[in-house]
Amino acid sequence: MNFKTFAAFVGPSIFMMLLFIAFPLISVFSQSFYLTQPIYEIIEVETCTPGFITQTCVTEEQSIPKLDEHGDIIKVTKFVGLQSYRNVLELERAWDAITSGSWRAFQSIDFWKALRFTLTFTLITLPLNIGLGLAIALVINNASKAVRGPVIFISLLPFIITPVIGALSINWLFRGDGVLTAAMEWYTGRDIAMFAQAWTIELLMMVYRVWHVAPFAAIVLYAGLQTVNQDSLESALIDGATRWQRLRYVVIPHLMPLIVFISMIHLMDAYRVFEEIVGFSSQGHVISLQWLTYDFLVPDQAGNRSISRASASAMLTMIGIIVLLIAPLRRTWRDHKGGH
Amino acid sequence: MKFKTLILASAVSMLTTTAWAECAFDNNTSVKSLSAGFEAWKAVTDAMGECGNFSASLDQEFREKQPEAFAANPSLYQIGGVANATMIPLLNAGTIRPLDDLVAKFGQDLTPNQLIKVNGEIMAIAMMVNAQHLMYRQDILDDLGLAVPTTYAEVLEAAEKIQAAGVVDYPLGGTFKTGWNLGEEFVNMYLGEGGTFVGEGNMPTINNAAGVKSLETLKAMTAYMDPEYLVSDSTYVQQQFQQGKIAIANLWASRAAAMDDAAESQVVGKVKMASAPIGSAAPATSLWWDGIVFAANMTDQEAEAAFKVAMEGLDSEMVAANNDAAVWLVPGYKAGPLAQGAAASAENGALPYPASGPMGIMHTVLGNGLADYLTGAKDATTTLADIEAAYVTAAKEAGLVQ
Repeated sequence: MNFKTFAAFVGPSIFMMLLFIAFPLISVFSQSFYLTQPIYEIIEVETCTPGFITQTCVTEEQSIPKLDEHGDIIKVTKFVGLQSYRNVLELERAWDAITSGSWRAFQSIDFWKALRFTLTFTLITLPLNIGLGLAIALVINNASKAVRGPVIFISLLPFIITPVIGALSINWLFRGDGVLTAAMEWYTGRDIAMFAQAWTIELLMMVYRVWHVAPFAAIVLYAGLQTVNQDSLESALIDGATRWQRLRYVVIPHLMPLIVFISMIHLMDAYRVFEEIVGFSSQGHVISLQWLTYDFLVPDQAGNRSISRASASAMLTMIGIIVLLIAPLRRTWRDHKGGH
Repeated sequence: MKFKTLILASAVSMLTTTAWAECAFDNNTSVKSLSAGFEAWKAVTDAMGECGNFSASLDQEFREKQPEAFAANPSLYQIGGVANATMIPLLNAGTIRPLDDLVAKFGQDLTPNQLIKVNGEIMAIAMMVNAQHLMYRQDILDDLGLAVPTTYAEVLEAAEKIQAAGVVDYPLGGTFKTGWNLGEEFVNMYLGEGGTFVGEGNMPTINNAAGVKSLETLKAMTAYMDPEYLVSDSTYVQQQFQQGKIAIANLWASRAAAMDDAAESQVVGKVKMASAPIGSAAPATSLWWDGIVFAANMTDQEAEAAFKVAMEGLDSEMVAANNDAAVWLVPGYKAGPLAQGAAASAENGALPYPASGPMGIMHTVLGNGLADYLTGAKDATTTLADIEAAYVTAAKEAGLVQ
């Protein structure tokens, strides 16, 4: 293929990637170093609001943004360096908490609290996702041809459901005296409140996430199982390898590149955990990094939003994902190099 | 021919059956509104729609869209639905117009109480008030020989007795969902204790005895509530009432009608309304109003049409048809037993919600930071100090604190 043809094919997608990925990323990156604020002036304002029968009037000093001659709010943008990052990380408070040995004080700082949950969530669901995915793939592979189609369809169902909707349904099943909580109460004979403490909510979130993403792992691994060398399996059988040994020494090594691929996708997805926080409305007990960014970004009722801190928090989330991906990426790179 | 008769017949029947569904004038200017989506807004915008050429967006995310939509020139909506707090960004940006001339021309049916004035200029027309006040199960209090509680000490005492009698799952309900709801609970308590939220230079002023007292009262209540209180919002508390699971709660006046809705409620006629419990200074509640504003970025002719349409929506015929949907400020409203709680709270001196730019930040950090105290992760003064620190960080970023 000559360069012209190549460019014509690749050009549009590079353009799209620049427009929708690179430029927003650069914009967020630069916004995290700047602060844009309106200029406020303090003015005495009298406000009259309705009471039940008569009005209440209050006169007080209020901060009102200045308007320019077109009636727009005057805003100034200034470079603040790493200030927004410092505001998100609260390193001083974190260091004080660590030196005084108080895990509780450390975990009362939003960023570190969110990081703790995000990491536990990501690292615990990772092996469960791969394990369950492999199990489902093996079941599909061993199912007789007649039922294979329906089995694939059913095991894919959780993956089709929109994440927020799925999380909300689980929420309703367990909230208050929801069907499943009532069933557990009947079985154990105790009063159970799944949303009253952090660990039960975390557990529900992890179970939900694994249930939701395992079908993806399963379908990828099932495809991988089709290419396992049947001769190797047969010779292992002749050598007296048990079912477990065949899986451990023949099948899994063969699937390893796929497992690394699934792990990378899962690390990227799980580190951005957000739907579960919203769906289970767990903010009182548990928050995630992505939720923190969202919370900075949502305007309060008076219209204030923390764009700079949201940008800093988004950049930190990205850095976190990159750090997590280093190990599997190195492995892939090594394998790739070894293969040539 | 037959088709024509059919249209004619249906038109006539519409005229006769819904006699109130008439507009005093024929609107031929396109008018759009953006407001929240609860029952009262539906009633009002439906009534506005009778004038024709009107379309309403009822959107629970309205407050995120309104500032941008009204800043456009021409504005994307002519009419906006706001409350105390959500009017602030529009007012600050100067995107809503003063209404004095329009009120003088077309507002003869409005009462002085409805006119929201900022520095003497009418900036909005209020249509209803809303407040959290005491709702209680009359039958349970009667059975146990309890008087209607008037302070939180009495609420807790009654809760103890109801708990001991074991007549409901949880004696108390509360809109303690982390975020806006929980923030509002603290705002109510703290106003009841006579506190102020921000002082000189927009610095926070909540870390004091009144703040600690408010926190302690909130925590004492949680002992009698569903342990999942940090996820329970107004709708959840309303359902707990309707299903007979709770006996007392401080709940929004706009939820009162649902208690007597036979289709949903198992406790029709048993839930009564009273003033919000009184703190050291005032009832532990805050008065909210909902009303309409008009965009600055539209022609005077459009403004006139929009105002006339809006007056159609806020007339006494609309109230007559939807009397129990809200505590209306519109003339013609008959304050029934459902409005008693809001009325009694106001009579006892309930304060308006202190809406302002800094208060928006304060409400958010309160809503995010209070859970740590209720779950026992922090003590009261640490919690308040941390909330103040979070407020200062956010207010500095917003430019409100230097």
